[in-house]
Amino acid sequence: MTTSKVELIVNGHPQRLELDPRTSLLDALREHLGLTGTKKGCNQGACGACTVLVDGRRINSCLTLAVMYDGAKVTTIEGLAAGDTLHPVQAAFIENDAFQCGYCTPGQILSGVACIAERHAGSPDEIRNWMSGNICRCGAYPGIVAAIAAAAKES
Amino acid sequence: MFPFSFQTARSEQEAIAGAAAGGRFVAGGTTLIDLMREEVERPQKLIDINRLPLRDIRLEGDTLVIGALARMSEVAGHPDAARAQPLIVEALLEGASPQIRNMASIGGNLLQRVRCPYFRSLDARCNKRVPGSGCAAIDGINATHAILGTSDQCVATHPSDLAVALVALGAMVRTRGPRGERQFPVEDLYRLPGETPHLEHTVHPGELITAVEVPSGAYAKRARYVKVRDRASYEFALVSVAAALDVDDGVIRSARVAAGGVGTKPWRMRGSEAALAGQRPDRTAWQKAAERAIEGVKPLSGNRYKVELLRRTVIRALEMVGEAT
Repeated sequence: MTTSKVELIVNGHPQRLELDPRTSLLDALREHLGLTGTKKGCNQGACGACTVLVDGRRINSCLTLAVMYDGAKVTTIEGLAAGDTLHPVQAAFIENDAFQCGYCTPGQILSGVACIAERHAGSPDEIRNWMSGNICRCGAYPGIVAAIAAAAKES
Repeated sequence: MFPFSFQTARSEQEAIAGAAAGGRFVAGGTTLIDLMREEVERPQKLIDINRLPLRDIRLEGDTLVIGALARMSEVAGHPDAARAQPLIVEALLEGASPQIRNMASIGGNLLQRVRCPYFRSLDARCNKRVPGSGCAAIDGINATHAILGTSDQCVATHPSDLAVALVALGAMVRTRGPRGERQFPVEDLYRLPGETPHLEHTVHPGELITAVEVPSGAYAKRARYVKVRDRASYEFALVSVAAALDVDDGVIRSARVAAGGVGTKPWRMRGSEAALAGQRPDRTAWQKAAERAIEGVKPLSGNRYKVELLRRTVIRALEMVGEAT
């Protein structure tokens, strides 16, 4: 099997990897870089648990190959907080009880950060629509919408 | 996933040559990578075309020109697209999720494969995946399948929302391939399944979609896309309708109507368009157009509801456009 070289800038740190081209961006983060905060849910783009930011935009890391992102800046849940200071969306999730089991939460938070940056968090209806790519099987949606609305107001 | 070799194309020529030799283009990858993981798609070589300069969105005169590698979200958020072709923006925002819209290219959206569960399941019969193996959907679970353009070989719907809007607006596809450049209507990109459901498109081996052109028309600004589905967002259409009217002095001069979720390809409703031309924009006209829309339908055991749903969705879309005039 021939491998491909790829450099990703993950949470500000350049990472050189040599990967089987079949490796998804999600598996590169989890299995090769040990960043297991990004979750593998459905592994087919339906649930949003694998959401990360690439060059500031939210994507499903399971639906793409790491080798297609040579040179890209990737932000995962591990890269959001500044030291011990949580990102405002992280803090809002705790404040608003926006999770139960927590498995979808990293994806929800990354998606929420992007949703606010895109200015798609103006009302609960708008948040629900623009967060529809992130499923929560515990049904913590009321808290998730409240958390994103609260963080959007502060931003 | 089966192994493959990976090449990043640095020029269109390099990409076209690689694909003519059997490689598959990959842009967003949202359909292809998923189907490769399911082992439905087994390309031996992938050609990453994302570095090609095909991402511009611009107006050339009145025509909206969309580079084939522009992402769905880039087109949906582009001021020229919103001003010139709000129907395109509406259809894009009704499709997929924000994450997928950030990944999926316009060319890939048009070439996305069907969502029939039997196509995706290796242990089911599927003429599209394995020609001659049969169609499990015809006698199986077929509530989401097509009622127009079907054959006894395949009844899967084309899943793109964007393509429905583009077909309604008479948009054109630009391609470049081993035999040079071509330009043809988006509608002609798609084949009916007939006896050969494994052949879905009219692009030649090695041919690369470079752009989509949406011509301006009197109806560009009086157009709506109505999508009916099982969830409020992030779900494929059960029925969708793109409707556009050119109304002058209380009379419909011409109309464009196309539907999704009902056809084996994005379905232009020419009968409905003919029924609307010359009529006053009122409920009588909408009903006549809706009756024409359901002519020739062939419902399956599980999707009879789509006939009435299509009729009502045509009326709803025309009402919404009519109210704006």
